[in-house]
Amino acid sequence: MKATRFLLAAALGAALALPAATGLGQTVQINGAGATFPYPIYSKWFSEYNKMHPDVEINYQSIGSGGGIRQLSNQTVFFGATDGPMTSEQQFAAPGAILHLPTVLGAVVPIYNIPGVDTQLKFSGKVLAEIIMGKITKWNDARIAALNPGAKLPATDITVAHRSDGSGTTYILVDFLSKVSPDFKSTVGVATSVNWPVGVGGKGNEGVAGLVKQTPGSIGYVELIYARQNKIDYGAVQNMNGEFVSATLDSVTAAAAAATKAMPKDFRVSITNAPGAGVYPISSFTWLLFYESPSDKKRSRIMMDFMKWALTDGQKFAAELGYAPLPQDIAVLAMAALKRISI
Amino acid sequence: MNLTRRRKLLSGLVVFLCAAAVAAALVPLFFVFAYVLQRGFSSLNWDFFTKMPKPVGESGGGMANAMLGTVYLIGIASAVAIPVGIIAGVYLSEYGTKPFGTLVRFTADVLNGVPSIVIGIFAYGLAVLPVKHFSALAGGLALGFMMIPIITRTTEELLNLVPGSLREGSLALGATRARAAFSVMMPAALPGIITGILVALARIAGETAPLLFTAFNNRFMSTRLDQPISSLPVQVFTYAVSPYDDWHRQAWAGALVLVAFIFIFSVMARVVTRRLERMHRT
Amino acid sequence: MKTPSSRRSADDRGFRLGTGFFALLVVLLVTGIFWELFRNSHLSIAKFGFRFWTGKVWDPVSGEFGALPFIWGTLYSSLLAMLISTPIALGIAIFLSELSPKVLRTPLAFLTELLAAIPSIVYGLWGVFVLVPIVRQLQVHTPEWMRKIPLFAGPPLGVGMLSAALILSVMVIPFTSSVAREVLRAVPYTQREAAYALGATRWEAIQAALRFGRTGILGAVILGFGRAVGETMAVTMVIGNNPQVTASLFKPQHTMAAVIANEFTEAADDLYLSALIEIGLVLFIITLVINALSRLLIWSVTREVKVKTSRPVGTMAFKAPKAAA
Repeated sequence: MKATRFLLAAALGAALALPAATGLGQTVQINGAGATFPYPIYSKWFSEYNKMHPDVEINYQSIGSGGGIRQLSNQTVFFGATDGPMTSEQQFAAPGAILHLPTVLGAVVPIYNIPGVDTQLKFSGKVLAEIIMGKITKWNDARIAALNPGAKLPATDITVAHRSDGSGTTYILVDFLSKVSPDFKSTVGVATSVNWPVGVGGKGNEGVAGLVKQTPGSIGYVELIYARQNKIDYGAVQNMNGEFVSATLDSVTAAAAAATKAMPKDFRVSITNAPGAGVYPISSFTWLLFYESPSDKKRSRIMMDFMKWALTDGQKFAAELGYAPLPQDIAVLAMAALKRISI
Repeated sequence: MNLTRRRKLLSGLVVFLCAAAVAAALVPLFFVFAYVLQRGFSSLNWDFFTKMPKPVGESGGGMANAMLGTVYLIGIASAVAIPVGIIAGVYLSEYGTKPFGTLVRFTADVLNGVPSIVIGIFAYGLAVLPVKHFSALAGGLALGFMMIPIITRTTEELLNLVPGSLREGSLALGATRARAAFSVMMPAALPGIITGILVALARIAGETAPLLFTAFNNRFMSTRLDQPISSLPVQVFTYAVSPYDDWHRQAWAGALVLVAFIFIFSVMARVVTRRLERMHRT
Repeated sequence: MKTPSSRRSADDRGFRLGTGFFALLVVLLVTGIFWELFRNSHLSIAKFGFRFWTGKVWDPVSGEFGALPFIWGTLYSSLLAMLISTPIALGIAIFLSELSPKVLRTPLAFLTELLAAIPSIVYGLWGVFVLVPIVRQLQVHTPEWMRKIPLFAGPPLGVGMLSAALILSVMVIPFTSSVAREVLRAVPYTQREAAYALGATRWEAIQAALRFGRTGILGAVILGFGRAVGETMAVTMVIGNNPQVTASLFKPQHTMAAVIANEFTEAADDLYLSALIEIGLVLFIITLVINALSRLLIWSVTREVKVKTSRPVGTMAFKAPKAAA
């Protein structure tokens, strides 16, 4: 018994002595949390930055845009990330002024899993809204068939897969749907967490992708990269011009063109349902959130250095991960805005 | 058929059904374990145990930080729970018949039944919000709170099983109650107490829910008490709900390591119990 | 002058206070949890009052929070799990304590306890990849006429109440069976001997033991129910996370623990967070009541036995210690 007692004590002692032993006091760790939408590019960025500066560890956890905003307001993380800009109430509730800095552009695509259908389906905004609201319940409904002559739509029930957590991806979708369907706007509304009329909830972009991949007859919405990575079919959506556009780098960049000319000072702008040719209508900026006057100047300096890199060299990683890099003019505006953050 | 035949047949049937129940319980056990083994084994390699996670799109990397994190969190939890649990258990065995003792016993049982997610909320309010950051300490506290009732009750029960004559003998020789309890009774009950600790460790090693908003998660290696820390269960969960195949493979490997970890604790607990039984049977 | 005896009693008092302090910590911990939960949910309590327990709508956008779908999902899934697991758990308890050959007893007991050692997250993973597709196939092959019954209505998703109930029942089995075994072990052997003396078959002798320990066994079953109520990770991965009140086995539903796990870190405004914590409070109260009830029932059996067969202090009679809880 003495041996066991000794072993237990030794294990305990070792576990508690570890911090001293590993001498990790040199590195700086910065915690951030928020959107799952840009997680692929952010994880790439933080990893690349860590390679260039091994003493800086930026720990980003994708818990959803709502989470990013909440934890930033609670100051349990140093920076947040969101695809749905903070509302006035949220900004008011935060203990300090928060700056939205755009990082990349992304697209939310409607993914579906319909056995027997392997062509890309076309959705109009109104039809998509009605499916999500549960007003269209079968795949072979006339309204879907009218947009897709030639597609062999089965009589399967439609299962809607949505987010069970607070999500900027949700925000982007419902923002678009509320613009094209007044009915949707009054029934569901626009927020990171809504009261879904029908459907199953999955956690994160990952959860929704997983649900759709495994459930025949289902439809969901995820950021483009998740659809591509999972090799799930996604549809083309009708834009303001009437064209059915699929999400590509060009169509997403086109969506930002109108905003570029009239970017508000706080960068909180919605580019869903943007006018113009070749525009993908469910596009959005995604933002990193920083306090304008943080008390931790050291971390602030590091993050601003990171942002300078992200807005310039970092942009080259965007395309291969399915995001559109920021239009040059906006990147310049963002760089200028960095000065607003006190270091 | 006469009554006796019918009764005997019924009895035989029940025996059969009970044996079938045991088989029914073992089927999912083997099913789950075999599945985890099959999915996870091929992804276990040296990298898995030594490397840090890689960003999306790059394959490889490992869960070294998560495994270290779990060990660290268990260490903190034990440092909190073992002293409190054992001493509270001593109190219960010495003075447990009083009304206060009943209250303590009752609250320990209640604490045992509190869902781990509720303990997580409590630890969040206690150790995260006031200091405004997620931390390994908060996670360790949450896990420690869950260990306390198991250790308390096991310590009490084991101390009660030690023959009263041991205590009386030492008191007669002039020892204080404290001496009698800690120097005489405890060593006699120690194997069982250690069993209790191991059982408590097995219970918390796999917990995910209370860590979600206390220890949070950390892509990097960390052993600081005041920073978020990775842990096997949380990392497995994060990877499992992701859409990346490479991460899925690693999630299964992590699940396998976790199950093996807990399995070892359970086996150790059993071995200690067996030794105790053997010791006292002679 | 301090006499040896007065010094000893001072030491003893110190011992009592010292150890009593740690025991008090346990009590403080539980009251602390209740207090924290109560304090942080005051916003939600103030706004909704009792409507919270009966409201069906959970809408973060409009700030309307009703906990009924989660309470329903929790109770329904746990009840189903109890129904499925109790016969099996009791069968195991009876087999291991009454019927099994001695040599098989320890290994089989160990194996059934291993079910409890598998962490919730692993059950969740297995549930998502193995159980849910099986249940989905089951749903797909349900005949049309059965689908008309509300109990079986719903699209063939796989995720839903049935999957959750099945996983929960597997997770609950080891708890119920190990406590039931303890209860059966506490039943004095004289009960069974008396039955055999009257010419009982094995089953009838077991019935005598069961009847003696029936309150304790009920306690074990309720304890299993309490375990199912608090389960989080495995359930949230297979239940579908859709807050609706429905009797259907196939439709996706939600539980209290699952909604907290999903939405806690991101409840972006104070009322939302307060509502989630109030759900935590409801969960705490429910598990408190369940555990109190089950412990009382179990104690009533073991205490009755202790009173009847109390050994005089100082004998060397020493029973083999109980297996790890």
